[in-house]
Amino acid sequence: MMRFLLLFSRQGKLRLQKWFTPLVERERKKVVRDMTLMVLGRPPRSCNFLHWKDLKVVYKRYASLYFCCGLDDKDNELLALEVLHRYVELLDKYFGNVCELDIIFNFEKAYFILDEFLMGGEVQETSKVTVAKSIEASDMLQETMEEYMSKPAF
Amino acid sequence: MPAVSKGDGMRGLAVFISDIRNCKSKEAEIKRINKELANIRSKFKGDKALDGYSKKKYVCKLLFIFLLGHDIDFGHMEAVNLLSSNKYTEKQIGYLFISVLVNSNSDLIRLINNAIKNDLSSRNPTFMNLALHCIANVGSREMAEAFAADIPRILVAGDTMDSVKQSAALCLLRLNRTSPDLVPMGEWTSRVVHLLNDQHLGVVTAATSLITTLAQKNPEEFKTSVSLAVARLSRIVTSASTDLQDYTYYFVPAPWLSVKLLRLLQCYPPPEDAAIRGRLSECLETILNKAQEPPKSKKVQHSNAKNAVLFEAISLIIHHDSEPTLLVRACNQLGQFLQHRETNLRYLALESMCTLASSEFSHEAVKTHIETVINALKTERDVSVRQRAVDLLYAMCDRSNVQQIVAEMLNYLETADYSIREEIVLKVAILAEKYAVDYTWYVDTILNLIRIAGDYVSEEVWYRVIQIVINRDDVQGYAAKTVFEALQAPACHENLVKVGGYILGEFGNLIAGDPRSSPLVQFNLLHSKFHLCSVPSRALLLSTYIKFINLFPEVKGTIQEVLRSDSQLRNADVELQQRAVEYLRLSCIASTDILATVLEEMPPFPERESSILAKLKRKKGPGMVPDIEEGRKDKNVNGGMEPISTNATTKSTPSPSTDLLSLGSSPALSSAPPSSSAGGLLVDVFTENHAPAAPGVPMGPVADDNFSRFVCKNNGVLFENQLVQIGLKSEFRQNLGRMYIFFGNKTSTQFLNFSSSVICQDSLKTQLSIHIKPADPTVDGGAQLQQILNIECVSDFVEAPVLSIQFRYGGTLQNIAVKLPITLNKFFQPTEMTSQDFFQRWKQLSSPQQEVQKIFKAKHSMDTEVTKAKIIGFGVALLDRVDPNPSNFVGAGVIHTKTTQVGCLLRLEPNTQAQMYRLTLRTSRDTVSQRLCELLSDQF
Repeated sequence: MMRFLLLFSRQGKLRLQKWFTPLVERERKKVVRDMTLMVLGRPPRSCNFLHWKDLKVVYKRYASLYFCCGLDDKDNELLALEVLHRYVELLDKYFGNVCELDIIFNFEKAYFILDEFLMGGEVQETSKVTVAKSIEASDMLQETMEEYMSKPAF
Repeated sequence: MPAVSKGDGMRGLAVFISDIRNCKSKEAEIKRINKELANIRSKFKGDKALDGYSKKKYVCKLLFIFLLGHDIDFGHMEAVNLLSSNKYTEKQIGYLFISVLVNSNSDLIRLINNAIKNDLSSRNPTFMNLALHCIANVGSREMAEAFAADIPRILVAGDTMDSVKQSAALCLLRLNRTSPDLVPMGEWTSRVVHLLNDQHLGVVTAATSLITTLAQKNPEEFKTSVSLAVARLSRIVTSASTDLQDYTYYFVPAPWLSVKLLRLLQCYPPPEDAAIRGRLSECLETILNKAQEPPKSKKVQHSNAKNAVLFEAISLIIHHDSEPTLLVRACNQLGQFLQHRETNLRYLALESMCTLASSEFSHEAVKTHIETVINALKTERDVSVRQRAVDLLYAMCDRSNVQQIVAEMLNYLETADYSIREEIVLKVAILAEKYAVDYTWYVDTILNLIRIAGDYVSEEVWYRVIQIVINRDDVQGYAAKTVFEALQAPACHENLVKVGGYILGEFGNLIAGDPRSSPLVQFNLLHSKFHLCSVPSRALLLSTYIKFINLFPEVKGTIQEVLRSDSQLRNADVELQQRAVEYLRLSCIASTDILATVLEEMPPFPERESSILAKLKRKKGPGMVPDIEEGRKDKNVNGGMEPISTNATTKSTPSPSTDLLSLGSSPALSSAPPSSSAGGLLVDVFTENHAPAAPGVPMGPVADDNFSRFVCKNNGVLFENQLVQIGLKSEFRQNLGRMYIFFGNKTSTQFLNFSSSVICQDSLKTQLSIHIKPADPTVDGGAQLQQILNIECVSDFVEAPVLSIQFRYGGTLQNIAVKLPITLNKFFQPTEMTSQDFFQRWKQLSSPQQEVQKIFKAKHSMDTEVTKAKIIGFGVALLDRVDPNPSNFVGAGVIHTKTTQVGCLLRLEPNTQAQMYRLTLRTSRDTVSQRLCELLSDQF
């Protein structure tokens, strides 16, 4: 089971955090600090796996963003790497060539897409088509572009 | 501004985010945030009712601010309001806010639960999914209480949409993890298991996760999932890469589901049904074969997914540990990966081999890769890969290769990353101790360790070397010589000074014959380091000096001179000053005899779990250091091999603190053993005063009321009447034991002609040898008399010896006879082992005379923790997670007698409904099984 998923930039700015087990705020901050320090300090082309306390850590860099997750001791690292990749693919499909800015400005979307894919730290739906469909379906429930532009800025 | 704005972009939010991004400084950002917070607060408080959109926008802004790392203390109510909106997007943001900013405010939880309840019963799949996600994200106990009953119903209902089923399965899984007591499966079990047959692969994937977690806790109930999982797996691995459509990932059919099915199967032993077993073997072979096929794609995703399945299959093969051909193939496959150009694969191969190394079947096969692994240690660029190589070397180490492996680790230590040095030091220390064939090599290795990485040598490591040197007299002279030589180096690490000081203080006399290491030379050498050391080390050296005064009267003058100097007697540090004053005084006033008694050589340390091992376990977290301790130690269980280094075997003697030098506490002549008057070594009192078998002593009825209370513990009150209280304190190690008996005179009158003896009847005389030291013939009123019993177990025995005491109280002769709780189980050494080892041994001990079973009614309440404590107290290692049924208890240990060792396995199966237990004992000797069963069954 995945314990947490973090997205952070090369400068160590946290862009998304998802916790699948309850942790108090102080512990969360420590995890984030340790992960960014550890992962950002790795030389390029190192292997994608680490041990941290009793967890396995799997991370991968996509452009300017690091995707990093903590796994239980028995979990499959290679597959976790593909969980990260599938998430990137889903973001890509939704935003069209996703970049860090998309995730900053549409952070709530990034969370929604993640929720369609993972739940309670387990993979819920691995089919890209199905996930994408359900995200689009929920977008259909939303406003049109004209509505968007006519909204007040404050 | 965002590159794309799909769906319901909120303009105000986008503006705010770009404002924040444009802030040049942290202060500016905080200012902008405070402005926004004030704005939102005023909107929320304002008279005008906010429309849904504005509410959503502000809640979303608050969420953004929170995710930036700022505290949010309002807005929860508005978020809860959004939950009951009819608009999907508003509801969605409401749920997101609740999920991220969980607040255990009970009023709100009630409102949130209400909203969730409405959505769950809405029959709108999107709303149901949102609600289920919220439950899974928050996962609090209150939520579990509210919904644990509803979710299984949604999961198995015939009309539930697939996507909702998936969410329900995982939501249930989440609740089961946090509040397992609230999620009773019972009636749902078989319908949940049958989800494995579902048409929709997404549903099967989610259900497999759920079933795996439930099966880990309750394997028996989910046993039927095995055949379904094998069938499903078989269909996947034999399918063409396009059959599964969208569930094929880069030409690999359903990798997630495959891995989950393989994980599920790891909750169980190999299937008993030959057909299912065969089908599973075929699957595993197919997976192994596919690894040899050329890749269908050059993309890394393809090879990752394919290898993920392969590694999981190998884990299952290792878990089953039953098919030698598959094990060998797995080992070969991992061997190939060890040299793969992908760093990730090398890393994983090293990791998997660690578990393979702990299997008895494949340990030898793993050892053939030693050169590759050593090479990895030397050449890998990535520190985390090198660390796995260290782990694997540690796991594959045994007596045949320990010298090579330790040498390589020491080599590596010189250039190793600072972050992993301490761990390597611990590992070297453990291996050197555990597999030492020759203790001179051990001493050399540890001194080398201190030389190379002195700063990383923790106290536990150098404490341990001293414990070992003190416990083995064959190495003491060598140790003294070696530390003496090592101390010659102009700059040596302080840890070496400590070890050197301690060892020379104890055993310097063994090398004092050589004029090159005469007492004075030894003293001058140590004292030359004195001023460079920290306070604790100086304190230790002062103790060494006073020990020197006892060992070498000829240097007394020189040492007294040193102690008398102002820098000692008036030292600013109170500890040093006190030691100097007291030692000086002691050396002046005490006679040689008293000095010799006070400063006697240290008695052997009680055997206990290596404190180094404990430290390594702490460092790595529990469960990360299983290999050498649990995996292969089982050889001892059959009593075939005598362990050479008993020091490393685990023993749950309540150990005194690891601070063996008691530095920093009062000076207390730390080296004088508390029980020195009792004669130090267990064996050296055996020559004294054999307790008379006393056949003529008149014996009244033998009291045994409290006897059974001592089966699982060692201390307590054995007997009490109006006159006298008899207390016991005992300790056992291997086949030896020592018992302290305390006779308390409860009256105000003196007991006269007090005498005590221990009587062994009939065959017990040859099975147990007991020596008692004579006690004072008088016990004053209100006083306590202590008597020491030394016990040796010669062979296994059934009866208990009887303690008989006589004394005169107020003119009448009192006779008391009490059964002494010296029982066979006292001579247990606990043995840790893995589940597979346990059941393998279990099967080997299956002949009828080896097994004794008893089914009996519980006499006490059936409390798990109490039962655990009793089993541990009984002397065996309580093996956690070994029995597939978690409510059963299993244990393993070895009975040590002088003539033989008997490995014992036990299993206790409680049935809480019937208030009954079934206890099964299997040992290689029928009399032992019988006796242990009698003893233990009486305890529950």
